[in-house]
Amino acid sequence: MRSPLGVEPAGARDRDRHPDHDIVQRGAFPAMEAFTIHTGRAVPLRRSDVDTDQIIPSEWLKRIERTGFGAGLFSEWRADEGFVLNNPAYAEASILVAGPDFGTGSSREHAVWALQDYGFRAVISPRFADIFRGNALGNGLLPVQLPAGTVEALQTAVEQDPTVEITVDLAAREVRGAGLVAPFELDDFTRWRLMEGLDDVGLTLRHEELITGFEATRPGWLPSAV
Amino acid sequence: MGRTLAEKVWDAHVVRRADGEPDLLYIDLHLVHEVTSPQAFEALRLAGRPVRRPDLTLATEDHNVPTTNTLAPIADPISAAQVEALRKNCAEFGVRLYPMNDPGQGIVHVVGPQLGLSQPGMTIVCGDSHTSTHGAFGALAFGIGTSQVEHVLATQTLPQRRPKTMAVTVDGDLPAGVTAKDLILAIIARIGTGGGAGHVIEYRGAAVRGLSMEGRMTVCNMSIEAGARAGMIAPDDTTFEYLAGRAHAATGPDWDEAVAYWRTLASDDDAVFDREVVIDAASLTPYVTWGTNPGQAAPLDSLIPTPGDYADPAARASAERALTYMGLTAGTPLSEVTVDTVFIGSCTNGRLSDLRAAADVLRGRRVADGVRALVVPGSMQVKAEAEAEGLDEVFRAAGAEWRSAGCSMCLGMNPDTLRPGERSASTSNRNFEGRQGPGGRTHLVSPAVAAATAVTGQLTAPAQL
Ligand code: SF4
Repeated sequence: MRSPLGVEPAGARDRDRHPDHDIVQRGAFPAMEAFTIHTGRAVPLRRSDVDTDQIIPSEWLKRIERTGFGAGLFSEWRADEGFVLNNPAYAEASILVAGPDFGTGSSREHAVWALQDYGFRAVISPRFADIFRGNALGNGLLPVQLPAGTVEALQTAVEQDPTVEITVDLAAREVRGAGLVAPFELDDFTRWRLMEGLDDVGLTLRHEELITGFEATRPGWLPSAV
Repeated sequence: MGRTLAEKVWDAHVVRRADGEPDLLYIDLHLVHEVTSPQAFEALRLAGRPVRRPDLTLATEDHNVPTTNTLAPIADPISAAQVEALRKNCAEFGVRLYPMNDPGQGIVHVVGPQLGLSQPGMTIVCGDSHTSTHGAFGALAFGIGTSQVEHVLATQTLPQRRPKTMAVTVDGDLPAGVTAKDLILAIIARIGTGGGAGHVIEYRGAAVRGLSMEGRMTVCNMSIEAGARAGMIAPDDTTFEYLAGRAHAATGPDWDEAVAYWRTLASDDDAVFDREVVIDAASLTPYVTWGTNPGQAAPLDSLIPTPGDYADPAARASAERALTYMGLTAGTPLSEVTVDTVFIGSCTNGRLSDLRAAADVLRGRRVADGVRALVVPGSMQVKAEAEAEGLDEVFRAAGAEWRSAGCSMCLGMNPDTLRPGERSASTSNRNFEGRQGPGGRTHLVSPAVAAATAVTGQLTAPAQL
């Protein structure tokens, strides 16, 4: 579990991508995946303050590629046989149901890439760290914020029956399954961008003349790095 | 209605505003390091896009670099490849780079301020969460992910939702022996690791005004540990004095114009913050962390908390787990915790005044037997200044190792790591499980407490020596 070189460590599962993964190749990098609705099994992670150092330890950050981080996901915790991701009952899970303050700490986007590479399409938590949430939204990994009680109910349901299927419906902005229907909030613009799978750089460059116009108004005393 | 400092800086950078969409913000300075940039440059290359403003972009090598034997090639081939990738990318895209061994090299958040590049009223980003450091100047400075690094390289802008604002007011004066680090640890302990989520914190009040620029940087640096988007302090004469004469600061009439503008940035008296917290400086003492997140901190002269005392079940479970990981027993005095390693450095506490504070404690004393003490300056310039004052001699005479500049044991991407089960007192900013090496146990402390701890081998405030 400690090799960042892209060598699959023993015990890593070869996880097929869910059929609704539409990956459009942008050169060597997957473009942002569109997200409309996803149904899959869920794994309960009953921990709060899951920081990005745990999601992907710094040893893995030396890689200059954008893929292959799945083997490093939670690698320290996965070294413990009792860790929930090592439970074969959750081998198919594509939704992570975690405690509050998920994704705190380092800005490393590798945390999002690791979750996606492992096969996760959505993370449900009562609260996300800001940078993690932005990174996830930028890559099409859906961060779903639900009240703590609802998150607990989902965790309990998938602990009792790991085969329970949960649906994360971005179009309707609701999570369904395990006998509950829970609405979540996401602004219209972000929802549209995710459903279309649009990347921000392309969207921004449509306003290039505004950027140029702004640059003409910047005071001359602002520093230059050269 | 008046506006806050954060709102003024925000409003001055809006390139485009449209209903329901995030604001498109112009970015005045983009700092780059080797870890979070390779995939961003690669994406530009694949899309055939240039760096829009190489003149507003600056790169440095910090996270991976060894701090000993720096003239030899980097031994770890993966680290070496990452540093090499940054050099190639900067050469290809025309970005100014401070490489290893360059007198300008250092931790990205030490380099920007020392060059005078971090200035009031600017927007500053970096693929690094501790970009909040630069908020000490009254800049709006925040960390971003690699996709956003790509976005800024390509467009010099970033789409962002307007954050909420939070005032943390520290009334009164800090008692003697209480530092900026103790203050921010106490603030995080009070509001929690998610306490600032979605907010930009503005630090205010007499105790904050009384801090030096370096102290202010320490406070703003750890805003992210409170979950905040950014931390800011209104610019004042302390700020202007620090900036005057620095390499990238304006001069002559330009300087006067800049200062006149900077003086308008302070929050208006009738500005309203979404949330306000008040802290009494006089009540503070040296703080240390006991757990595995930065909110798990307590006064050094107190007892390790008992998980059962927490009403919130999540906090209780987290405390239980933390004590197990840290190998600590509830109810033991924190001052009895023994350490193997002391690390003095990082973007939180690797500046000249931090090294002076540590040297003042170590002068004429010895590091305890069996304790390894590492002193790693935040930049090559800090190293040179410290050596000019003879601080390196103080550290060496005390039995501490004097190193070259870099992130070092703050995150252990270079060879400086804790071994499993080893315990450190560290002036860095994160005590997460394994942060300083797999299985390592970290107590966050101020430079003065780190130095006193090195002398006794257990968590100690200088006043106790
Ligand atoms: S010193 Fe530590 S926190 Fe600061 S930039 Fe380096 S790794 Fe990040």
